[in-house]
Amino acid sequence: MDWGDWLSNSQNILFVVIALLMVAAAVRVVTSPNVVHAALMLVLALGGSAALFLMLGAEFVAWALVLVYIGAVIVLFLFGIMITRAPTGRDPVRLDHERRWPAALVALATFATLASASVAAFEDEAIEGGVSSTGDLGDVLFSRFVIPFEAVSFVLLAALIGGIVLARKDPG
Amino acid sequence: MTSFLEGLFANTFWSAAIKVVAAFALLVANTLILVWFERRVVAFMQNRIGPNRAGPFGILQTLADGLKLFFKEQITPRKVELGIYLMAPMAAMVPAFLIFLVIPFGAPITIGETTVTLQGTDLNVGLLFILAMSSLAVYSIVLAGWSSGSKYPLLGGVRATAQMISYEAAMGLAIVPVVVLAAVTLGEGGVGAMSLARIVELQQGSFRWLIPGWFVFWLLPSFLIFFVSAVAETNRAPFDLVEAESEIVGGYHTEYSGIRFALFFLAEYVNMFNVSAIAVTLFLGGWLGPDLGLPSGLAWVMPIFWFFLKTYALLFVFVWLRATLPRLRYDQLMSFGWKVMIPLSIGWLVLFSVVMALNTFGWPFDVPEWFPWA
Amino acid sequence: MLVSQFLVLAALLFSIGVYGVLVRRNAVLVLLSIELMLTAVSINLVAFGAYLQDTLLSGQVFALFVITIAAAEVGIGLAIVVMIFRNRSSANLDELDLMRW
Repeated sequence: MDWGDWLSNSQNILFVVIALLMVAAAVRVVTSPNVVHAALMLVLALGGSAALFLMLGAEFVAWALVLVYIGAVIVLFLFGIMITRAPTGRDPVRLDHERRWPAALVALATFATLASASVAAFEDEAIEGGVSSTGDLGDVLFSRFVIPFEAVSFVLLAALIGGIVLARKDPG
Repeated sequence: MTSFLEGLFANTFWSAAIKVVAAFALLVANTLILVWFERRVVAFMQNRIGPNRAGPFGILQTLADGLKLFFKEQITPRKVELGIYLMAPMAAMVPAFLIFLVIPFGAPITIGETTVTLQGTDLNVGLLFILAMSSLAVYSIVLAGWSSGSKYPLLGGVRATAQMISYEAAMGLAIVPVVVLAAVTLGEGGVGAMSLARIVELQQGSFRWLIPGWFVFWLLPSFLIFFVSAVAETNRAPFDLVEAESEIVGGYHTEYSGIRFALFFLAEYVNMFNVSAIAVTLFLGGWLGPDLGLPSGLAWVMPIFWFFLKTYALLFVFVWLRATLPRLRYDQLMSFGWKVMIPLSIGWLVLFSVVMALNTFGWPFDVPEWFPWA
Repeated sequence: MLVSQFLVLAALLFSIGVYGVLVRRNAVLVLLSIELMLTAVSINLVAFGAYLQDTLLSGQVFALFVITIAAAEVGIGLAIVVMIFRNRSSANLDELDLMRW
C-alpha cells in the first residue's frame, strides 16, 4: 500500500497523533514509578480511545466512556490509591518485579501475533465513515441485545452487593 | 454593518471562534457579578451591608479582589508534586467552560439570511456531554489535594471524590426522566431527545391554562433531586465539606495562593452558574418567555433576559442555602446521598417511565381528567 | 481509514497491558493494566463494528458491555485491595503468600 497516500488523509494524521499519544501514555501506565501518575496516564490513554470512537462515529460510546471510565472508574482508582497509600514523588516501595525481560518478551510475542494476524487478515480494507445514531443503539440494546443487557445489569448488581459486603467493617 | 456580521457568521470557523470567545468572556464577566451578588445577598440576610465601596453598589469589588490575587506571590510549598500541582487549577477551568458551550442561552438570531444560534454547538448527545464533563470536574480537586503533599488538602481531595461520585449518580438519574419525557413528546423514536436546543423547543406551549409548558411541572421530583445533587456536586454549602474551614482548613486549595487559588474560585462559580443554567434549560424552559411586544430589532434581547433571570433566580437559592443551612457531617452527607437521593431518583424514574409507557400503550382503566401526565 | 490501523494500535495497547499485568507488584497497578487491555478490546470492537457497517451495531453494544463490566470489576477489585491493605498494610501481590504452603 502507499503510505504517502495514506498520510495525505487528514483523518489518518489525526489518528497517528492520537495513537502516538495513547501508546506513550500506555507505556507510562506500566512503567511509572508513582501510582497516581500511572492512573493519570491511563486517563490520557482512555481519552485517546474516546477520540478514536468519535472518529469511528460511535458518539454515544465515546461519551459514555468518558462518563463511566474517566469520570468514575479512574476516580475510584485514585480514591483507592489515596486511602491506601499515596506518596508524592517516587514511591519508596518497589512497584515492579525484578524480572522485566521475560514479561517484555511475552508482551512482544503477544503483539507480534495479534498485529501480524490482523494485518494479514485485513490488509487494505478501509472503514467507511459515518455516524451511527444513538437512537439505533438504544433500539438494538433493548430489543436484540436485551438479554445480555439484563445479564450485565445483574452483574452490576452483584458487584454492588459484593462491594458493600467487602467494605462493611462488622462481620456478617 | 449587518452584511459584515452576516458574512462573519456564515463562515463556520469564524462563527465558532466568536461563540467560544463570547462564551468565555460571558462566563468570566458573569463570575465577577455572581461573586458580588452572593456577598451582597448573604450580607443582607445577615443584616450586614456587604461590599459597597468599589464602583456603584460595590459591583467592582470582585474585580479588585481578582486583580489583587493576580499580583500576589504564588507560594509553592516545597513538598508539592510540581507538574500536577500546576495543572490542577487549569484542569478545574476546562470542564467548567466546556459545559457552557452546549447550553442554549438565547433564541436563535437571524442576521440577514444567516441564523445564529446562541449556543456553542448543539450536540446530539448534549446531555451526555454535560454529564461527562461534570464528571471530569472532580479530577482537579482530587489532584490538587494529592499533589499539595499535605494532609488537609489530601483529606479534602478524598472527601471530594466520594461526594462527587455519589451525587453524580443521583444527578444523572434525575436527568433521565427529562430524556424520557422529551423522547415521548418528540415521537419518531425520540431522536434528538438529548439535544439541549430541542429540549428547550419542546417546552413551548402550555401545561394547563396559563401555566407554561416547562418540564418542571411534569417532573417536579426530578427538578428537586437535580438541584440538591447540583448543590452537592458544586461543593456548595451545606455540602461544602470539601473545603470545610472549621475542619480541614481550606480543603483541597489550602496550599494554593495567588492566581492559582483564583482559578479554583473562578471554576467553582462558573460551575455554579452552569448547573443553574442546566436546571433552567432542562426544567424551567430555558430562554422561553414572553417577548413583551418589543420591536423586532430588539426582540432577541428578551430570551437572553429570561434565561439570565431564571438562572439568577436559581443562583439566589444557592446563596440562600448558604446563608441559612449549617454544614452537614460527612456521614450524614454520604447516607443522605446513597439512602435518600439515589433511591428517590430511581423510584421516581421507574414510576415516571411506567406512566409514560402506559400513555404510549394505553391505560387499563379510565384516566381521571385532572391527571396531568396523561 | 483502514481497519488494520485500529487493530494494530489495539494490539499494541493490549500487549502493553499484558506487560503491565506481568511486571507490576502493586495490586492497583495490575488493575490499571487490566483496564488498558479492556480498552484495547473495545477499540477493536468499535472498529469492527464500523468496518462491517453493522445494522445491529453489535460492536458498539459490546463496547458498552465492556465498559460496564470494567466498572463492576474495578468496584470489586478495589474493595478487595482496600480490604487487604487494611489487614496487612501492603498492596503488593507477591507478599500475599498466606495461603502458600
